[in-house]
Amino acid sequence: MIPLAAVTEHRAQLAALPLPREFHEAAAAAGWWPLRPAAITTLQINVGKLCNQTCRHCHVDAGPDRREVMSRETMTLCLDALARADDITTVDITGGAPELNPNFRWLVERAIELGRHVMDRCNLTVLMTAGQADLPEFFARHRVEVVASLPHYRATSTDTQRGAGVYEKSIHALKRLNAVGYGDSRSGLRLVLVTNPVGAFLPPAQGSLEAEWKRELLRLHGIRFDALYCITNMPISRYLAWLGESGNLERYMQRLVDSFNPATVDGVMCRSLISVGWDGQLYDCDFNQMLDLPVERSAPGHLRDFDLAALARRRIAVGRHCFGCTAGAGSSCGGSIE
Amino acid sequence: MAGYYHSHDLARFPEIGSNAPDLAKKFFDWYGAVFADGALSAREKSLIALAVAHAVQCPYCIDAYSKDALEKGADLDQMTEAVHVAAAIRGGASLVHGIQMRNQATAVGM
Repeated sequence: MIPLAAVTEHRAQLAALPLPREFHEAAAAAGWWPLRPAAITTLQINVGKLCNQTCRHCHVDAGPDRREVMSRETMTLCLDALARADDITTVDITGGAPELNPNFRWLVERAIELGRHVMDRCNLTVLMTAGQADLPEFFARHRVEVVASLPHYRATSTDTQRGAGVYEKSIHALKRLNAVGYGDSRSGLRLVLVTNPVGAFLPPAQGSLEAEWKRELLRLHGIRFDALYCITNMPISRYLAWLGESGNLERYMQRLVDSFNPATVDGVMCRSLISVGWDGQLYDCDFNQMLDLPVERSAPGHLRDFDLAALARRRIAVGRHCFGCTAGAGSSCGGSIE
Repeated sequence: MAGYYHSHDLARFPEIGSNAPDLAKKFFDWYGAVFADGALSAREKSLIALAVAHAVQCPYCIDAYSKDALEKGADLDQMTEAVHVAAAIRGGASLVHGIQMRNQATAVGM
């Protein structure tokens, strides 16, 4: 995990900012306090922090040097939990680059056998790494929904955020996914693109941008996809560090607070999912996971004790970073909320 | 007066309504409607605004629409091309007046 000292420092850095109100105050004023789950339908499994990329906005601080990787034993606990929780219909696999976990494909196959819809949060370039050339066929065979990161349909912003040469590899990967049927509505193989702002500002309006992205990716590269998710960058980890170093932190946080939209709280992801860490710890979301904020103590804290009914009764842990999910049109794992 | 153009004055723009609130309301309502998605997307309108901001050389507008264009999903390449469009029209506007110059020179010259 991120060194504890760094997590403590990040939390202190956020806490020290002169903001006009706290998230729980904003939520209370909107009638959403305490914040509790709605129907929990997704198990989001972070299978590790190992990644072939080192993106500048990454809230996981993932990269090639990370060694935190979920074991098959912990994955087995995930599957045991799923087998006992019929209401959880979706398994959302994230990382790092989840495909680099040596047991990734085993987990996907077992989750599919349990009748669950499986989503993979893919960085695209992983398809070009050793031993992963057949990933598109594997995804297609198991009808995995691919949710792929691409900051922009052009190269400049993509390479600025994710590293030199990432755009070209990403386009190549998208073409390979298209070649096995992804992005073709007749195939039913769903390909979603995810864009995060390349800087200290909020994401664009999702509906308007999706039409433009579809037109431009088709025109520039002949690429098709099903939907575009616009996701707000969270003031956590590497992105928080960049905000501080670039002198944007206070202004960005103020913007998030000023843009609090009560209508988004209903749809924030922590109300509909349980987040699992690489070591089996349970969290309200992937962001709380990276800030080392576990589910409240009265709820089961580890997969070993998984109890969906008890988790459904918990109060969700919040902090100043939560303004990132409720700013403007809102932001969730499924993109804009409104 | 210590100087012109303070960046913090941009946020004070609504104060222009202090002495003519009805006119200001009409302006800001119309302004908001102009930039909504329509036959042109909000992103395209933001890039047009960025180019016009450079043509009229308004530092407030340049600050505002540089950020706005990024927030609307434009990248720096597209924004730079928009500024070139403004520069091309400004340069072309000067140069095309050279025909007026030539007309006068022809009229009075030998």
